Amino acid sequence: MDILQVLADATRSAIGPVAAVYALAAIGLNMHFGYTGLLNFGQVGFMLVGGYGVAVSVSTFGLPLWAGILVGIACAVALALLLGVPTLRLRADYLAITTIAVAEVARLVYRAEFLRDITGGVYGLQGFAGGFYDLNPFPSGRYGFGWLAFNARDLWMMTVAWGLVLLASVLMWLLVHSPWGRVIKGIREDEDAVRSLGKNVFVYKMQSLVLGGVFGALAGAMLVVNQQTITPDQFMPQVTFYLWAILLLGGAGRTLGPVLGSVVMWFLLTASDSVLRQLTSSGVITFITNSEIGGIRHALVGVALVVLIVFRPQGLIGNRKEMLVNVK
Amino acid sequence: MSSDVNGAAADRMAGVEPVPGVAKPDPILVVDGVRRSFGGLTAVDVDHLEVQRGTITALIGPNGAGKSTLFNLLTGFDRVDAGEWHFDGTRLNGLGGHRVARRGMVRTFQLTKALTRLTVMENMLLAAPRQTGERMLGAFARPVWRAQEAANRERAEHLLERFKLLAKKDEMAGSLSGGQRKLLEMARALMVEPSMIMLDEPMAGVNPALVQSLLEHITALRDEGRTVLFVEHDMDVIMGISDWIVVLAEGKVIAEGRPSDIRADQRVIDAYLGAGHDDSEQEPPTDSGGSHE
Ligand SMILES: Nc1ncnc2c1ncn2[C@@H]1O[C@H](COP(=O)(O)OP(=O)(O)OP(=O)(O)O)[C@@H](O)[C@H]1O
Ligand SMILES: [Mg+2]
Repeated sequence: MDILQVLADATRSAIGPVAAVYALAAIGLNMHFGYTGLLNFGQVGFMLVGGYGVAVSVSTFGLPLWAGILVGIACAVALALLLGVPTLRLRADYLAITTIAVAEVARLVYRAEFLRDITGGVYGLQGFAGGFYDLNPFPSGRYGFGWLAFNARDLWMMTVAWGLVLLASVLMWLLVHSPWGRVIKGIREDEDAVRSLGKNVFVYKMQSLVLGGVFGALAGAMLVVNQQTITPDQFMPQVTFYLWAILLLGGAGRTLGPVLGSVVMWFLLTASDSVLRQLTSSGVITFITNSEIGGIRHALVGVALVVLIVFRPQGLIGNRKEMLVNVK
Repeated sequence: MSSDVNGAAADRMAGVEPVPGVAKPDPILVVDGVRRSFGGLTAVDVDHLEVQRGTITALIGPNGAGKSTLFNLLTGFDRVDAGEWHFDGTRLNGLGGHRVARRGMVRTFQLTKALTRLTVMENMLLAAPRQTGERMLGAFARPVWRAQEAANRERAEHLLERFKLLAKKDEMAGSLSGGQRKLLEMARALMVEPSMIMLDEPMAGVNPALVQSLLEHITALRDEGRTVLFVEHDMDVIMGISDWIVVLAEGKVIAEGRPSDIRADQRVIDAYLGAGHDDSEQEPPTDSGGSHE
């Protein structure tokens, strides 16, 4: 077995643009769940409106890319208001149910036949990312060394995507280490107590939902720009559950938790995939076919997560002291 | 201490008749026809009640009398079915809990609500009013809120000192004992700078040695000019500290008056001991245990 090949594949994916996209969306989820205690099971819905904001604006309406990104952000704000206004005054579980349902309904609407002229229906849209690559300042060529080299296009994509992750992390750090962040964390513990001290809990929860949703939308925009195409069926509910796994793996309620979680998650996913592929093609394992590898690596990652939650429930960099405090 | 307190108490409520719904000379809180039922059960049905400004008023009554429900209604944590109430001359109907608190009426909870995964100091600082940094955009104006934060921290340390929690200021609130959480909740409520504080069983679970100093804090609050309304079951505490006592039973105010009036009130004794008791002595109804949860 070629260990170097496994490490090369896994590392490329851990620092690649997709890991950055997931990190960014998980930062949004960290705002929601890690700091505010909001159960959002529909983060993929924010990614969807962000991605389609770009694709529809550019491909269908011929707007420039930056306008598409603004449209995506505006759609995320609207979606957050739509989700939050009816549910944020109710018990936490109502938001959970609503988010998962609305995200799925959004996917079905965007793929619907009657919107085919705008969203491209089940076939989605292409050819909207040119504006992004036109801005690429790197001359073409290979960057990096040996097995860890990227072409100019990937480098540009990674620079922007990880740049956004950095920006979002700094923003989050500033926010949660402020009196605003203190109120938000108080709401996570007991919103009635915070209300009794004169804070408008509804407004805080709404702000958190909007901000985390905007991060999700930016992640969606980056995702589809990286792919240069968008299809509705890539925004299935399991994307949200990946984001949850990333957040819990890295450590909820920590600024760098979602970033580390995404890097480690993509490393593990790709490494297990690469190992399995080598084992089957070299004939060491005969009872698995190549087409089954995708499912098996997910099962392996699932097992790893269960082990993690048993032995390190606070995640890789979570705060054990906070975790162990008796909750009521 | 208690003779001093009772002396003050006699002054504060001079000339007020001990009858349910009686008018007070300078009420800070006026309740009219407030009713709340849960299904068929009428939990609160208060015709008229006034709370005198700058006094300590005790709200007593058997378990399930509706004391906590009345607190919830008055502070915007539950909705009334009927009635209205005024605080400091403003009608409070329909205001959310945070608005009521901002107007100066701050409450604590019977089941303590410490923010467990924040430190004791963070619990205190969170409660400070009018912080620039607690608005989302204000959070980025670090230099501005740093100064406020320092002033609030100082105030918080004074309060924590008073409540014997200063040594714990950097610990997670979740690591405090039940009694310490009660103290923290009270100290935290005071950070809001309320003109009226409503305490739901502040002594429950607090060490008897600390109860005495807690009582001193409560009288000190009144002497600073604040109004205190508190729910309590311990009769010694109630009689020793209250300027006025309101008795609630099955949601209704069945009696109110000075401690000496309440001690002698047959309806109160009936409400506490049940109608069929054969103890005809007019003794104060005493509560055996200190903690009720
Ligand atoms: N949310 C609710 N739903 C249904 N019934 C309720 C609710 N809240 C209170 N009650 C009922 O209303 C009545 C009054 O309850 P409340 O908690 O106000 O009593 P209390 O006077 O505070 O009693 P205690 O001294 O035991 O704290 C009780 O019979 C209780 O069962
Ligand atoms: Mg009660």
